[in-house]
Amino acid sequence: MHNEVWTFSDYIMLVISAIFINNILLIRFLGNCPFLGTSKRMDTAVSMSLAVVFVLTCTGPITWFIQHYLLEKYDIVYIQTLAFILTIAVFVQLVEMVIKKISPPLYRALGIYLPLITTNCAVFGTCILNIREKFNLMQTIVFSFSSAVGFGLALVIMAGLRERFNFARIPKNFQDTSIGLITAGLIGLSFYAFQGLVK
Amino acid sequence: MGGILQATIYPIMVMGGLAVVFALMLGIASRVFYVYVDPKVKAVEELLPGANCGGCGFAGCSDCAAAIVAGKAPVTACVACGTDIHEQIAQILGKTVEVKEKEVAHIMCQGTKDKAKRRFQYMGIEDCRAAVVVAGGDKECQYGCLGLGTCVRSCPFGALSMGENGIPVVDRDKCTGCGTCVRVCPRGIPKLLPVSQKIVTVCNSHDAPPVVKKLCEVGCLGCGICKKVCPEKAIELENFLSVVDPSKCTLCGKCIEKCPTGAIRQILPG
Repeated sequence: MHNEVWTFSDYIMLVISAIFINNILLIRFLGNCPFLGTSKRMDTAVSMSLAVVFVLTCTGPITWFIQHYLLEKYDIVYIQTLAFILTIAVFVQLVEMVIKKISPPLYRALGIYLPLITTNCAVFGTCILNIREKFNLMQTIVFSFSSAVGFGLALVIMAGLRERFNFARIPKNFQDTSIGLITAGLIGLSFYAFQGLVK
Repeated sequence: MGGILQATIYPIMVMGGLAVVFALMLGIASRVFYVYVDPKVKAVEELLPGANCGGCGFAGCSDCAAAIVAGKAPVTACVACGTDIHEQIAQILGKTVEVKEKEVAHIMCQGTKDKAKRRFQYMGIEDCRAAVVVAGGDKECQYGCLGLGTCVRSCPFGALSMGENGIPVVDRDKCTGCGTCVRVCPRGIPKLLPVSQKIVTVCNSHDAPPVVKKLCEVGCLGCGICKKVCPEKAIELENFLSVVDPSKCTLCGKCIEKCPTGAIRQILPG
């Protein structure tokens, strides 16, 4: 854990770095399954982004607690993957139940993408990164949230572009997923332009 | 010995502990956030075709099933499945079916490439909805089929195919009457007709007689000859377009003989 005290501007840096410079989808290339799967229409993309923001902001701190107060204490860090996936799965299940009870329209809008967050490697990846970067609790919460926002940003950009594909003349061999992957790569390249933003 | 014990006991304890805590949490949550789902909804949904065509007016088959069970929609709400399915649904709910004749789509335009004039050569997006935006489409007739196949691509049951002459053809066996083509066509050219209707004015034009005559060889002029010759008074003129009432039509065929353009036709063998 970092011992020096983080100022407010440090947190701003962390947020910008998580959203733009080290965007979880476009630079780290984690969570590409929903990136291609849910980016065909804008409304599903927005719902998916919101669901990921919600789940990640909650599971980030919880896995941090599990790591520091259970796994490290008993010297069994090697079952980290198992423990984290269990936590994420349980949490997604819980969120699903709560949403189903509180807001059935939202539950219907999210559909299959809500349970699919369980296997979204962007969520698991961020939890692992929290540990690897030796963040403290506050940093973990901020990083988890902004990482999910970065996920949402990339997904919404992608959905905006893919909605346009309906009106573009794409050669037959490049249609659908192929052009999706090419576009993902090009957006990723353009996001490299943010590299010089923060040291 | 202690090391081995630790190495085996701790992970089991931690994972087991976590699992127990999480299981309790989910168990309590499932009680607190319990939502009652009527088992009938599931049963009805399984009977529906699952094409999510939207012909019933609901967002999808599961929405439709919920509405049927809740009594907000009739048991015959699904237009895509047959009467036997309707009866099965009614059986689940303990209701009776009111029999309604099945409908199939028919493309109400005969203005093929050689028979209807074009104003310009359209080279844009292959979609009727896009073509309509460009100066109202390339066909002179503003009611006619543009033949770019938006309805063909949108048909969830594969019942439509593009004919050689640029007018789609309906496969009456595959058509379920869901009405998706009617909704996507920017000009509303496909129409749902009762499956037994045999004589039909295959035209969509509401233009006045001289206009139709100039633009298309096979359009309904709206001249009213069919209305005059019909002995059963089964034909009405609606804004320069003749409409056949199938409940009165006796298939005498006089209108077909007298029609100057051949717009009124027998679409099924007598």
